[in-house]
Amino acid sequence: MDSAQAGSGELAVDVWRGGDDGRYQRFAVPRRASQTVLDVVTHIQRFLDPTLSYRFACRVGMCGSCAMTVNGKPRWTCRTHVDKVARDGRLTLGPLANMPVVRDLVADMGGFFDKWALARGQFAPTATRADPFAVVDPASAARREADAAIECIGCGVCYAACDVVAWNPAYLGPAALNRAWTLVNDVRDGARGKRLAAVAGDAGCHACHTLMSCTELCPKALSPTRSIAGLKRESLRALLSGKDAAP
Amino acid sequence: MSRRAEVALWAAQRLTAALLAVFVLVHLATIVYAVRAGLSAAAILARVHSSLAWPAFYALFALAAAIHGAIGLRTVAAEWLSWRGRGADAAAVGVAIALAVAGLRAVVAVAA
Repeated sequence: MDSAQAGSGELAVDVWRGGDDGRYQRFAVPRRASQTVLDVVTHIQRFLDPTLSYRFACRVGMCGSCAMTVNGKPRWTCRTHVDKVARDGRLTLGPLANMPVVRDLVADMGGFFDKWALARGQFAPTATRADPFAVVDPASAARREADAAIECIGCGVCYAACDVVAWNPAYLGPAALNRAWTLVNDVRDGARGKRLAAVAGDAGCHACHTLMSCTELCPKALSPTRSIAGLKRESLRALLSGKDAAP
Repeated sequence: MSRRAEVALWAAQRLTAALLAVFVLVHLATIVYAVRAGLSAAAILARVHSSLAWPAFYALFALAAAIHGAIGLRTVAAEWLSWRGRGADAAAVGVAIALAVAGLRAVVAVAA
């Protein structure tokens, strides 16, 4: 439906209901001007079926909690206008892919975040509170690499978009690897060798086929593909120089 | 398989890919050249016999293809067939050996 028709007519919306073995249920939702996909879901829950489960918080693209599958692609529903994605007045909404379904539009993100921990996504300090502040040159090459990847808010869109995650369930995925890359480039961090070992191999960065779905769909316009390429390079270098801690 | 071994396989895959990119171009260009110049099979064989460079080139080509193909098939088996572990690794080694033997046999047959 194009924007000229906005404010009139109805959308036919297929919404996933139930768990992993659920099915789509059709709802008719009034078309409005400047309507977002999150508006559509909220209309369904408030006026058509109060049992519909979905997640959202900020409504303005800051929290990342409203990510769902919209017409086959993972998106932030609050930042996706119906104009942009509806085809012939139809929408298909499901939970994020590559995660177990809790119910309806809610996916279980536990495994997704567990992989951040497996990729050693925690900062490992090398100084104490008694030490002076670290001086990090914002123009240094390492800091620029970290800055380019640092804005991730963990919405799971890249993980849901990644074919390698679907094929290889052990694969850490774009978000966890992107996080690891920011820490590899953090001069204050003390776990570089262990982290490069944690992200190497066929469950880590070397499983990436550079399909770039993560980079195409990241709502923050980050490039996890670039971060993963950096990890491939650095972990191979660490391995060749014997500075890795790989088993 | 250890992480270190996985990274080594990844590096071998990239290295052989880089080699094959050059080898395939040389291979195709040679075919086009030989056909355009109207060389017969006998004439080509005579040239190959009198050279050490061509058998060496094709021996490297065959080995690189064997390594590259086997590592790639192992990944395909893991991702598309969910076939992982010792059995898949052994099968990949088998594929590598079979490809290398077939390729080197052809090189020897032409060069000897």
